[in-house]
Amino acid sequence: MECVFGLVGKGFALVVADTSAVHSILVHKSNEDKVMILDSHKLMGASGEPGDRVQFTEYIQKNVALYQFRNGIPLTTAAAANFTRGELATALRKNPYSVNILLAGYDKETGPSLYYIDYIASLHKVDKAAFGYGSYFSLAMMDRHYHRDMTVEEAIELVDKCIIEIRTRLVVAPPNFVIKIVDEKGAREYAWRESIKDAPLSAV
Amino acid sequence: MSIFEYNGSALVAMVGKNCFAIASDRRLGVQLQTIATDFQRIYKIHDKLFIGLSGLATDAQTLYQRLVFRHKLYQLREERDMKPETFASLVSAILYEKRFGPYFCQPVIAGLGEGDKPFICTMDSIGAKELAKDFVVAGTASESLYGACEAMFKPDMEPEELFETISQALLSSVDRDCLSGWGGHVYVVTPTEVTERILKGRMD
Repeated sequence: MECVFGLVGKGFALVVADTSAVHSILVHKSNEDKVMILDSHKLMGASGEPGDRVQFTEYIQKNVALYQFRNGIPLTTAAAANFTRGELATALRKNPYSVNILLAGYDKETGPSLYYIDYIASLHKVDKAAFGYGSYFSLAMMDRHYHRDMTVEEAIELVDKCIIEIRTRLVVAPPNFVIKIVDEKGAREYAWRESIKDAPLSAV
Repeated sequence: MSIFEYNGSALVAMVGKNCFAIASDRRLGVQLQTIATDFQRIYKIHDKLFIGLSGLATDAQTLYQRLVFRHKLYQLREERDMKPETFASLVSAILYEKRFGPYFCQPVIAGLGEGDKPFICTMDSIGAKELAKDFVVAGTASESLYGACEAMFKPDMEPEELFETISQALLSSVDRDCLSGWGGHVYVVTPTEVTERILKGRMD
């Protein structure tokens, strides 16, 4: 029931993910961050098996950092996406990762971009994409309302429409979502959309 | 569902008078869901050699990367481009290497050989070559494509007529297949030029 979706706007890209950590019928926590900030200008939203998700995204994050240390310049989004696909493809016939990835980034020369990377390492550059059961609703909403070069406000309105649709129509809909944005200024958290707040830890 | 039908594809290549045409659909799907409508299935190896890869998208991408690598090495060593017949043997060998854990792809190779004589061939996922003098097909819509091509093909067509024929054959076949479609991508190659056209068909 994990929902991850993303879209490209005018000079920015957004990745939205639900924040439930679920084990069978039990919700461990409702504020699990599934959108990793790879480097200053890249976001990686991931969905799939929790162990693989954390392990694989951290592995990619550290390798992206290593490249920057070794070469003095950061990877482009396309390069990072192809690297990620390569890692998934190599592991596919040995020890496959069950992680679906949406990689969003901003490059000075080419602007914002979003890459769809399947768990079986199919790579495609897209304007909008979604994974999980929520994709049936969010993709349809985006097909209807998305257009090229949306402003941040329009895009957030669309994201909210998608979240409302998921909450209304998906049977075990995740209550909370995190929205992260990447643009010229960098990759950062934009907002949370919470309908259930985890109880704060009380001092013992 | 068969692994070959996971992403959906349609490919066809036809021989004309001193020219050939190769065409594909543009859908990238994950079983019933459409992810993208601009997926590239036909790749240029060199100016007179094209390969289309149908079947599982991840394996098509991996296989394409390996083939480009091998061809670039060949170009460095031999200081010339590979002949289509040679390339077809290379693809066949690479596929058979994975005989007991194959790439789930069916390639369609089309090129202009010695004396600009058109060459087309297809092979199955383990490299069994199928040479033909008229047309070859691959993908989820292959059965419809066989019928359409057999009905519409005539030998020694000029490039314009060949383009019309291959386009009509492709569009009418993918309209009967739910897993392929969303337009067409046609390359018509003569000894002097390569024409690339996008077709708009039923977008569903």
